[in-house]
Formats: sequence, C-alpha cells, structure tokens
Amino acid sequence: MFRIAKREKASITDSIRFRSLGFLAGLLLSMGFIAVLGYNPFSALVTLLIGAFGTGTGLRNTLTFAIPLATTALGLSVAFRMKYWNIGGEGQLLIGATAAMFVSLVAGENTSGWILVPMMLLFGFIGGAWYALIPGLFRVYFRTNETLFTLMMNYLAIAFVKYLYHVLWKDPLKSGFPGIRSIQEQAGLPRILGVSAGIIVPVILMIVLYVLISRTKPGYEIRVVGESEPTAHYAGMNVQKIMVGGIILSGGIVGLAGAVKLSGETLTLTESLGGGTGFTAIVIAWLANLSAPIILVVSFLFAALQQGAQIIQLRLNVPAAVAEIIKGLMLMSFLGSEFFLRYRIIFNKRDKSQSYPQILSASQSSDIETDKTPDKEVKP
Amino acid sequence: MISILTSPDFISSAISFSVILLLGTLGELLTERAGHLNLGVEGMMLLGASFGYIAAVRSSSLVFALVAACLGSGLGALMYAFLTVSLRVNQTVTGLALTMFGAGLANSVGSKVAGTSTPPNIEAFFSFHPLEMDSPNSAFLRFINKAFLSHDVFVYFSIVLAVLLCVFLFRTQEGLALRLTGENTAAADASGIKVTRIKYLYIVIGGVLCGLGGLYLPLVQQGYWIENITAGQGWLVVALVIFVRWHPIKAIAGSFVFGALSILGSSVQLNERLSTIPFYNQYIMSMFPFFLTIVVLVITSARKGAWRGPAEIGHPYFREDR
Repeated sequence: MFRIAKREKASITDSIRFRSLGFLAGLLLSMGFIAVLGYNPFSALVTLLIGAFGTGTGLRNTLTFAIPLATTALGLSVAFRMKYWNIGGEGQLLIGATAAMFVSLVAGENTSGWILVPMMLLFGFIGGAWYALIPGLFRVYFRTNETLFTLMMNYLAIAFVKYLYHVLWKDPLKSGFPGIRSIQEQAGLPRILGVSAGIIVPVILMIVLYVLISRTKPGYEIRVVGESEPTAHYAGMNVQKIMVGGIILSGGIVGLAGAVKLSGETLTLTESLGGGTGFTAIVIAWLANLSAPIILVVSFLFAALQQGAQIIQLRLNVPAAVAEIIKGLMLMSFLGSEFFLRYRIIFNKRDKSQSYPQILSASQSSDIETDKTPDKEVKP
Repeated sequence: MISILTSPDFISSAISFSVILLLGTLGELLTERAGHLNLGVEGMMLLGASFGYIAAVRSSSLVFALVAACLGSGLGALMYAFLTVSLRVNQTVTGLALTMFGAGLANSVGSKVAGTSTPPNIEAFFSFHPLEMDSPNSAFLRFINKAFLSHDVFVYFSIVLAVLLCVFLFRTQEGLALRLTGENTAAADASGIKVTRIKYLYIVIGGVLCGLGGLYLPLVQQGYWIENITAGQGWLVVALVIFVRWHPIKAIAGSFVFGALSILGSSVQLNERLSTIPFYNQYIMSMFPFFLTIVVLVITSARKGAWRGPAEIGHPYFREDR
C-alpha cells in the first residue's frame, strides 16, 4: 500500500505549504465542531473576529490577555530550547505573582511607586526562578523526570495561593469574605492608551531573547545542550551549569509574567490568577517553533481567540468553552502537519504483471528510496 | 485526627471518591505501559463525563450513558493515538492539546444539561449495594459493613478490574507484549508483535477507562453537571500512576490513599479544634498527594538501578530509525 520514509530537510515553501494546510484543516475542523454543536460557524467566526479586533475595548482586552501569554511563552521557550520540559509555567507564574504581592503587602501604604514597582517585578522574577529551580536542580543532578515534577509543582502552587487567599493573607476588612487586599494605587503599572504598560515587557524580552539565543555564547550553549547533551559535554561545556542557568532564566521570566499580570491587570492575588496561562503558553511556544518573534504573533492570536470567545458567548450565546475546542483542534492539526515536514509517504504501486516475488521488489525499492542520511533529530 | 481517619463514614466516602481515581489510573497505566504518556486524562475524563451524562439525562438509560462515555473518551484517545503513534508528534504537547480540546468540548455540550439531575432509575441503580448486610449484630461487623460493604456495583467492578488487569499484565502473552512494547518498541517489533496495533488498542482502552471514571462524577458523586466537573482529578491520576509504580494492584491502595487525602481536608475542617492548626488546613492538606508524588519521583530517580517506568515513554517509534 504505502510506506513512510524520512524526508531530508524540508524546503521553506514546503514548510509554509504544510503549515498553512494544517492551519486550514484546524479552522475547518473547528467550524465543523461549532456547526455540530448547533451554532452557525460563520456568524460565530465573524463575531469572534469583530469582538477581538473590531472595537477599541476588544482590541485593548486582546492586548491585555496577550501580555502574560507572550511573556510566559517566551520564558518557557528558553527551557524548551534545552529540551527541558518545563510544564510548570502555571506554578511559576503564580509564585511570581505571590512574591510581587508579598512586596506590596510588606511595603507601607505611602511607599513611592518608583521603588515599589521595580521591587515587585524583581521579586516576581526571583520567585519564579526559585520555584523553577527546585525541580530543575533535581533534574540536573538526579535526572528526576522534570515533566512530571514541574507538573506537580503547579498544583502545589495553586493550593498554596488558595491557602494565602483564604487564610494567611485574608483581608480582615472584607468581614468574613475570603480575599487579599488590592495592591497600593501607585504599585499598579501605568496605562498607555488604556493598556497596561506591561505590554513593553514581552516586546523587550523578545528582542533580548532573540539576541541572546542566536547571537551570544550562552545562547549558543543552550542550543547545543538542547540538540545533544553528550555533544555539549564532549565540546567541553559545563552542561549542568548551562542547564541551571537556563532554568533560572526560564522560570524567572515566567515569574515576571505573574508579577506583571498582578501589577497591570488583576491588582490583587487570587487563586485563579494563572487561569491556565502556563498551559496555553506551552502550546504557544510550540506552535511558534520556539522563535521569539513568532511567539508574540501567536500569543496575540490566542489572546484574540480568548477575547472573541467572550463576545460570542455574550452575543450569540455560544459557550466560551468553544475557544478551547478551537485551540485544541488548531494545535492538533498544526502538530499533525509537522509530520509531513519530517516524513514523506510513498505509495507503492502494485503491478500485477510483476514476475519477481513481492519481497524482492519491496527490498529493492526501499534501498533506493530510503534516505542515505536520515535526519534523526526530532524538532522541539 | 485518628478518630476522623478511622470513622466508617470517612473510609466509606474515601472509597467512593477513589473509584474515579482508580479507573483513571488503570487507564493511564495501560497507556503508559504501551510507552505513551497521555497528559490528556483530564480532557478524556471530562469527555466521558459530559457525553455519558447527556446520554443518561436524555435517555434515562445507564447502558446508553456508559456507551456514550466510552465513545466520547475513546474518540479523544483515538485522536491522541493517531497523532502520537502514526504522526509521531510530541506526546506532552499532544496530551495538553487533548486536555484543552476535551475540556472545551465537554463544557460546550455539558452546558446543555446544566441544572438537570441524574434520572431516578439510574440513581436507584447506584443506591443498590450488593454486598451490604442487613442489620449486623456486632460492632465490628457494623463497622465493616458501613466502611467497606455499602458501595455500589461500580466500586466493586473497578476493584475487580484492577485485579484482572494485574493478571493480564503479568500472566498473559498479550500483557507481556504490551509491557515489551513500552520497554523496547524496536525489540517488540522485531519479535513479531504488532506494535502499532498494541499502542492504538491500549491508548484507546486507557482513554475509555478514564472516561468511565469521569462519568462517575456527574452521575453518582455530584448528581448534576457543572463546568469543569473533574476539577484537576485528571492531573491527580497522572501523579498516581507514578505513585503506584505502574502496578494495577498498588493502584487500588494508591487511589484509596489519594482519595482519602483529597477529602481529608474538608473532613478535618469540620472539627473546630483541629482546623485552627495550619498543618491541618484543607488547602495545605490538598497539597499532600502532589507532594507525595514528588517524593516518590525523587526517591526513584536518586536510587541507582531503580525502575523508572516504561522506558519508551516519550519516544516516538519509527521502524527505519536504527
């Protein structure tokens, strides 16, 4: 029937072609699902787009949603470059926000914003970095599975924030209701055209990370460690030091995202501050192929989906959960399209008039068509 | 504290809570034994719960509900299997995508039955306790009766299933083939095992078990549908599989421990004296299962020569890679 062979490096046109086919497939599948659920997919799509980009409020909300998504995805991409599966973004983000909240709580009511905001951001970075470092050190020195360890750390962080929210940091002024007091007015980030000034954070980080990864020695080392740890080791690199550094940077940026979200958007710490950002960011980083500029674009699109979904729920009574369906399907079809970039399908034409045995023809054709230099690397 | 732990009511509710975890764990265990880490448990549980619950409400038939739950979660698992087995996509990301998709679909369709409750005939089925004794005469028997024997068919079914799966995994040819596939796919392939069939089959069966576990939540435990009804139990399952070291019998004990820990917080909170101590706070207590899993992870990784689970987890298999 058919068999599969590895493809040599796919050309850029192929890459664009298969990826856009994947995107199209995802879109069609999503619209199909919306139709099956009994809603009009076209009006849902149009309302979603208008809701996300068409109005000033919509665009502002989209940008506000995009800030934590982009920052978190940028942070995670550093770890993913080293093939370190940091899926603890949700926890690192929450702990970053908690550290920033801590600064706001211990600071006096009249502390200047010029001290307060930088301290909150710094503590956010430290909080996230520290929280990422716990599983990181175990991974580097004991080879503990980091995927599962960081996953568990998410739930510890959520439970911890719940504890702070309901017990330890409960605001006595809220008379019995749980909740932490809001941050001081001057601790909030200023607004630019109605959007939190935090929007510059992912933009600056994108430039810094782009230069760091592709133009500097530490960035080069991070990439080599990701390609092959033994190679990095034989080249004389200190793999453990590089990994620890990368993990600190990754977790720190994610923690910073939490602090920026706290200071620019939510203004207080709640148990739902993360809201799945850490998980969505993994998807974003992956879809963007870990490239920093593309992460910003994909984050913006995901934020638009999130904002648009709220509008279709409001206007068309379509459940907002539809956004999750679209996200999941888009991701799956995009991931599926990667297959066609790495492999090609060869259809064996069965010729009835063949006189030699089938076995022979199969082995011959595989000799000819199998690539001589199989490209074994699995794309991160 | 001890009096809470040994009260028959507490043990009884811990057991009925742990059914969901047990079924999910058995499912994920099979999937991981085939060499695939499916992080989509939460999504598959939600799919099973929503599809099954809708079928239950619309048809008032338990059979339809079970079939629908199997279909919903099985299809989710099939998508995962197609992507990771045939298209060799990264398992972690595919699992997360499945969780997103499953949660989105489940919450979209589930919103149509929000506010309805489980049909009375299904409720009656689950309030039938096959092993319960009528008015036992000694205190000891009364304790055993309340704690262990007053459960519905579903509970005993899942325990029997765990035992059967243990026999299957370690005493049958097919079980051996499954374990070999998870340990060394190339060797399994070379020895004539149809690895693609094995992987597809057990990923889908695993998904179906997760879905059945999920169905128990709205159908029996809550009696109604709410958005994101699983509330993170799918992730608890992923942790549990490691905690029980990929073993079905240990899964019975493990899910009981996790189930007990999950409800312990809210039980302790009712006790005035204990609830003032921070350690016994329900939010702190809800950390224990995850903390325990981390401890198990670290201990096994630090121990030289310890078995760290099926070796093929996370590695896509391509026959021409040598």
